[in-house]
Amino acid sequence: MRIYVPRDSAAKALGADEVASAVKAEALRRGLEVTVVRNGSRGMVWLEPLLEVETQAGRLAFGPVGPGDVAGLFEAGFGAHDKALGRTEDLPWMKAQTRLTFARCGIIDPLSLDDCQAHGGLAGLRRALGMTPEGIVAEVTDSGLRGRGGAGFPTGIKWKTVAGATADRKYIVCNADEGDSGTFADRMMMEGDPFTLIEGMVIAGLGVGADKGFIYSRSEYPDANAVLADAIRLARASGLLGASVLGLGPAFDIELRIGAGAYVCGEETALLNSLEGKRGVVRAKPPLPALEGFMGRPTVVNNVISLATVPVILAKGAAHYRDFGLGRSRGTIPLQIAGNVRRGGLFETAFGMPLGTIVDDLAGGTASGRPVKAVQVGGPLGAYFPRAVFGTAFGYEEYAAQGGLIGHAGIVVFDDSADMLAQARFAMEFCAIESCGKCTPCRIGAVRGVETVDRIARGDKAAIPLLTDLCETMKSGSLCALGGFTPYPVMSALTHFPDDFHTSAKEAAE
Amino acid sequence: MTSVGEDIAARVEEILRAHDGLEGPLLPVLHAVQGVFGFIPQDALPVIAQHLNLSRAEVHGVISFYHDFREEPAGRHVLKLCRAEACQAMGADRVAAHAREALGIGWHQTTPDGTITLEPVFCLGLCACAPAALVDGRVLGRVDEARLNALIAEVRL
Repeated sequence: MRIYVPRDSAAKALGADEVASAVKAEALRRGLEVTVVRNGSRGMVWLEPLLEVETQAGRLAFGPVGPGDVAGLFEAGFGAHDKALGRTEDLPWMKAQTRLTFARCGIIDPLSLDDCQAHGGLAGLRRALGMTPEGIVAEVTDSGLRGRGGAGFPTGIKWKTVAGATADRKYIVCNADEGDSGTFADRMMMEGDPFTLIEGMVIAGLGVGADKGFIYSRSEYPDANAVLADAIRLARASGLLGASVLGLGPAFDIELRIGAGAYVCGEETALLNSLEGKRGVVRAKPPLPALEGFMGRPTVVNNVISLATVPVILAKGAAHYRDFGLGRSRGTIPLQIAGNVRRGGLFETAFGMPLGTIVDDLAGGTASGRPVKAVQVGGPLGAYFPRAVFGTAFGYEEYAAQGGLIGHAGIVVFDDSADMLAQARFAMEFCAIESCGKCTPCRIGAVRGVETVDRIARGDKAAIPLLTDLCETMKSGSLCALGGFTPYPVMSALTHFPDDFHTSAKEAAE
Repeated sequence: MTSVGEDIAARVEEILRAHDGLEGPLLPVLHAVQGVFGFIPQDALPVIAQHLNLSRAEVHGVISFYHDFREEPAGRHVLKLCRAEACQAMGADRVAAHAREALGIGWHQTTPDGTITLEPVFCLGLCACAPAALVDGRVLGRVDEARLNALIAEVRL
């Protein structure tokens, strides 16, 4: 019997390790031969730990399972049980998705390259090995893939710049510094299907002529880092990485590096400085990292999801990927639904889904049962949206038009107990804590921002235009997105929820 | 240099040699040094600087830039509570206030008995099971006051 209990951090945080131990102990007690596979998460975090049993009819899901449920599940022969959910594939959350990037996540054993290949892994790389570098870059360009870290820059164009640069050495840097609150797609990919990320980096190396890759991950992700380290070791042992990729291509190797708790290192130039062993201070652009990146050499810096999407594009062709989506946002996006929601988790779908559908239908409203007040999309630099704009379709340009951004596609829901003035203050406070200090609008502006919000909270209405003016300065004068986009949550809170800024003024006056 | 200082220098030299050949090795080196000592001892700085052909000021600058690196030892257990938005939406501020009160310390402080250091963290990627915490590298989701009390009791044993 084969039983799956995820090793994903979210599942572990809800007791998956204890469930896995209970399954092994119960199997032993009953003298049953049970293989426990520690898979990635299917993305239904509200059902974690989600236990699955392999049967003739497919995988049957049970959840959320506690260690105390395990004996009963064995007793019921993994049949009728109040935790039984039916076939995993038939669950509405799973059926409604278009899983391209996350096709294997939660299904395979993340550290079995054989399992990965049995489910279509390395098909993209094998095709790429038969193509010219120009052909690989063209395929990625034609797919319409844009940077999933948030900036939305076309991946193929970036690759073309690096491919066209002349240097003794080029690099592929995977930005796995997923610091945005509400986002966990990178983590799930690294924990659930790390070989696909490795495959994407190898393809990038073939496309641009790089033989060295770095994954820059976070110290806040100890489990993901452990899986990645094992996956890289296994990839070397199997010849996926090394002197000749799969024995067919040129050399490519990957080194895992871990950050040290600085949010700003998710910004690509700060990341490069950090990787070089320096303070994670932002660099002015130009020069572009594509021309002068790591150690001054041409460097592709791509997000985990961008790179992990490359294999499916190569395997199924650019057109297959491009045919999904809306406007200039092509393909699929792994939505990460979080915060105060009934159903939180990862949902991969074509671009274009209205925010209201995500919040009301997928997430099922708030966990607290109270009305939804605001939704922050795109991490700490993303705007707070009220219900009035829930019709906005999920896409890069569509969110920009609403004074926001999709960022890394994290969606954080707040109920009506949220104080938007407090959220605006936090945005400034966070910017002040995490500012690298290089540019004045961010370094000083964020500190003044906290003070100004505090003045508004004390009832000083004259501070409101001051805050607006400060936000304008930060937006147009900052060197990177940290100072430049902190105005999004602040101004959206002020614009969409003016009562929270005036109520406090009224309370102070009373 | 004291004999303790010499011991530190020897261990740090060992770590540095193990990282020879890496491109931009300072962060991996600092992580390794902190992994061995629990913090970055002052005596390690000149050794690192010399080996990597940097100034002590540059090494100090890097250590002070990153939240993770400590110049003092932490308590026996490190409790990191997420303060970011998704956790806020599920009551993280309330839980954090409870933690500070229950432990009688503020952020970045260690209980007088040296048991627990309390630190803020901005996102553990556990945003769909918020509020989240990390205790000595172990992830925890849906942390409320009761779970926190149990946790504090557990690590204090």
